[in-house]
Amino acid sequence: MNRDDRQAFERQSVDERVGEAERLDGNAAAGILSEVFVPDLTTARATCANCGTIRALGALLVYAHGMGTVMRCPSCDAVVLRVARTRAQLWLDLTGARLVVMAAAAAPSVA
Amino acid sequence: MNSAQVPAPARAATITWRLATVAGVVTETPRARTLILDVPGWPGHRAGQHVDVRLTAEDGYQAQRSYSIASAPQDGQLALMVERLDDGEVSPYLTDVLSVGDRLELRGPIGGYFVWDVALGGPLLLVAGGSGIVPLMAMLRHREAALEIADARTRHNVPARLLYSSRRWDDVIYRSELTRLAQDDETLEVALTFTREAPPEWTGFRRRIDRMMLAEVAWPPGERPHVFVCGPTPLVEAAAAALVELGHDPALVKTERFGPTGERG
Repeated sequence: MNRDDRQAFERQSVDERVGEAERLDGNAAAGILSEVFVPDLTTARATCANCGTIRALGALLVYAHGMGTVMRCPSCDAVVLRVARTRAQLWLDLTGARLVVMAAAAAPSVA
Repeated sequence: MNSAQVPAPARAATITWRLATVAGVVTETPRARTLILDVPGWPGHRAGQHVDVRLTAEDGYQAQRSYSIASAPQDGQLALMVERLDDGEVSPYLTDVLSVGDRLELRGPIGGYFVWDVALGGPLLLVAGGSGIVPLMAMLRHREAALEIADARTRHNVPARLLYSSRRWDDVIYRSELTRLAQDDETLEVALTFTREAPPEWTGFRRRIDRMMLAEVAWPPGERPHVFVCGPTPLVEAAAAALVELGHDPALVKTERFGPTGERG
């Protein structure tokens, strides 16, 4: 990962403005999130680190940019999650989520 | 049981890109057509989910879009409905060029949030604008197939209503199928509204979906209907806000915005 990519990813949270990208639902981020997580993250519940609201990720607002996907809290508009794909890497920023709770895959029963 | 006898847990499946073959093409409206696909290894889906479609140019440039699945999980083949956007990068290829026997790269099913099945119960309120009908049609098709083999009580428990906004009569996707479904099923009601031009003699709604229209069509909030709203972003936001103002629980109002262009990224 080169320095320009890193700077662009880090700058994005500052520069990203509502209205520049179309506003979609958390569902629209399900594809790229499936590259990172095996469980379906749209049904996982995230606690917004800014306001404490707990919602399914599918209920967050999604802004899809060339650089990546930004998910915002519909209550306070804070960034909850960012995920981006470059040619060789996936970038994930979860600092806006205090907690993410998802359904576990059925565990094998071991006595 | 001792752990040595337990088979190693299979690694949970990740969503992988698959090569689908176009098995059929159905023209729905002058701008929209359905692609019927054979997808080897398709794991099945739930009504409301979508797929990502990826096109690769000869120079390696890739464009990726999401399309809602139109078919019911019970259907044998996967159906996607694609609406042509004149300045689109992907949709003109899918609506004008792709034909039977061609292959297409896709991954899915994706997204478990905007889904409904009969087991979740009802009432079911669906609100659509334009091509936003597609994932809701998958729910209606699933519901019809499930109720065909259900007992009377299950039928009674999942009444459904659809409020569907189109510009004009010719833009109503699945028009004849919706008419047939509503005729054959007394627990399904379909209300159309036209925002540009209603057919002659039309006695129904002739305006954008608003709070008064939703109050008329929807069950009272106390009935706790499962609500799914899908369409262009302004329609979805207006309808979802009006439903919450009317007293519906925000947790029961699920939205799928197609964005202003209708082509999701």
